[in-house]
Amino acid sequence: MIPILFFFFAGLAIASALLMVTHKNPVYCAIFLIITFFALAGLYFLLGAQFLSVVQVIIYAGAIMVLFVFVIMLLNLSEEVRLPAGRRLQSGFGIVFAAILGVQLLVIAAAGTRVFGRLSGDTPVSGTVERLGAALFSTYLYPFEIASVLLLTGIVGAIILGSKKLPKEQ
Amino acid sequence: MNELGFAWIDIGILLLKILVVIVVNLVILMIMEWAERRVSAFIQDRLGPNRVGPAGLFQAVADGIKFFFKEEVVPTGADKWLYTFAPLLVLVPALMTFAAIPFGTTLELFGRAEPLQIVDLNIGFLYIFALVSLGVYGVVLGGWASNSKYPFLGGLRASAQMISYELALGMSVIGIVMITGSLRLSTIVEYQNGLLLGFLPRWNVFLQPLAFITFLVAAFAETNRLPFDLAEAEPELVGGYHTEYSSMKFAMFFMGEYIALITTSALLTTLFFGGWDFPWVDEKALGIWGVLLSIAAFALKTGFFLFFFLWVRWTIPRFRFDQLMRIGWKVLIPLALLNIVLTGAGLLFVH
Repeated sequence: MIPILFFFFAGLAIASALLMVTHKNPVYCAIFLIITFFALAGLYFLLGAQFLSVVQVIIYAGAIMVLFVFVIMLLNLSEEVRLPAGRRLQSGFGIVFAAILGVQLLVIAAAGTRVFGRLSGDTPVSGTVERLGAALFSTYLYPFEIASVLLLTGIVGAIILGSKKLPKEQ
Repeated sequence: MNELGFAWIDIGILLLKILVVIVVNLVILMIMEWAERRVSAFIQDRLGPNRVGPAGLFQAVADGIKFFFKEEVVPTGADKWLYTFAPLLVLVPALMTFAAIPFGTTLELFGRAEPLQIVDLNIGFLYIFALVSLGVYGVVLGGWASNSKYPFLGGLRASAQMISYELALGMSVIGIVMITGSLRLSTIVEYQNGLLLGFLPRWNVFLQPLAFITFLVAAFAETNRLPFDLAEAEPELVGGYHTEYSSMKFAMFFMGEYIALITTSALLTTLFFGGWDFPWVDEKALGIWGVLLSIAAFALKTGFFLFFFLWVRWTIPRFRFDQLMRIGWKVLIPLALLNIVLTGAGLLFVH
């Protein structure tokens, strides 16, 4: 059962990621990205990380992507225009970086089972909220606090930018 | 148990529970469609639909038949795929939400203990919250795919509204999670069994009154009900995001909205009013009668909230959009945060 589901979600993730890059209509691109997030959430769930999988849906699919769709619709982006000629340099760089990334992925995949250990199916409750909370507030307390300060800075910055008085139009 | 690690009887019972929940949801949906008109008529001193069946009870059936036979119109220039897909995106998450809500105590029959809940998820509340946050896509994409100005504005309004109120909705429940120490909805209900100060049922509404108010207001906004139905405000937007929809596609939007209403009422009951708990009675000691009593208590409380939603809809006028956003960001979210701080202080004081 688990392998079937794994290949279903993995295939879905790859297919929708490819469609996201290749589709011409930006709204459809956003929707395929949402489907990718869902497939990833499914994979997390299969790994026993229930909390991570639901948070993935809430934060990425439910909040961030809604904003993406909102902005895409508000700007009313039309079909993608073909890149003008003379952008050979960009595509050259793109190919080089894609090749580097591909090699890295292959190396990680090859070393994966050796370095990270094989994921076993006998710890299905590894990602529960209780365990995650305990780990965050004991072992990882320092990075947790640093991250919260970072988020606070972001919130304060957003409020300052948002509350800046615009010159009154008379 | 077979080689795949599950017993067929479990699968069978699970499917049976899913079927029962969906059928009951659809029946309540039909009653709600009738009740909405009858209650509104009662409040406005009219009669309401009373021709089809006794007291007009079969009005929903008549409407259903009408929806089936109406012509399907797809506007020119609409995005066909998304236009067809959007109503489903509203209906399906709404139907899925009920899976995590416990609607009765454990049923013991033929030597099996069967909890009256489809799945008892460890992350029950987060699961519901995730599905609620997905409901917005149907509305937004429906508005956009219609390729028409009013639905488009309705969709944009809906997305802004739902993102804002999701925060208040989620944060008001954190107090309950802090008290209970679990996100599992069955645990939250179990915790509310028992008495407070010897006579009051230990429901979260008494322990978390502020959270209840913020959750209730945010729930009205999340379900797009009046006084917060800015996404479909008739005087401004014709019909809102579903203006261009007809026939069964419109019916699906309609059904999705009402099922979200049923789920929200059930959730209010579960989180704040003890779920299936009948006060002053120990359901577990009563055997099969206790089970029936728990289901009846759950149905009664949920029914009250359904009526409450109708009551408010026909009593309170609609807010303006800027007022709506101000209430969401400047009133509800600070109140929800205050509630978290107060709950933390209270827990520190008690322990």
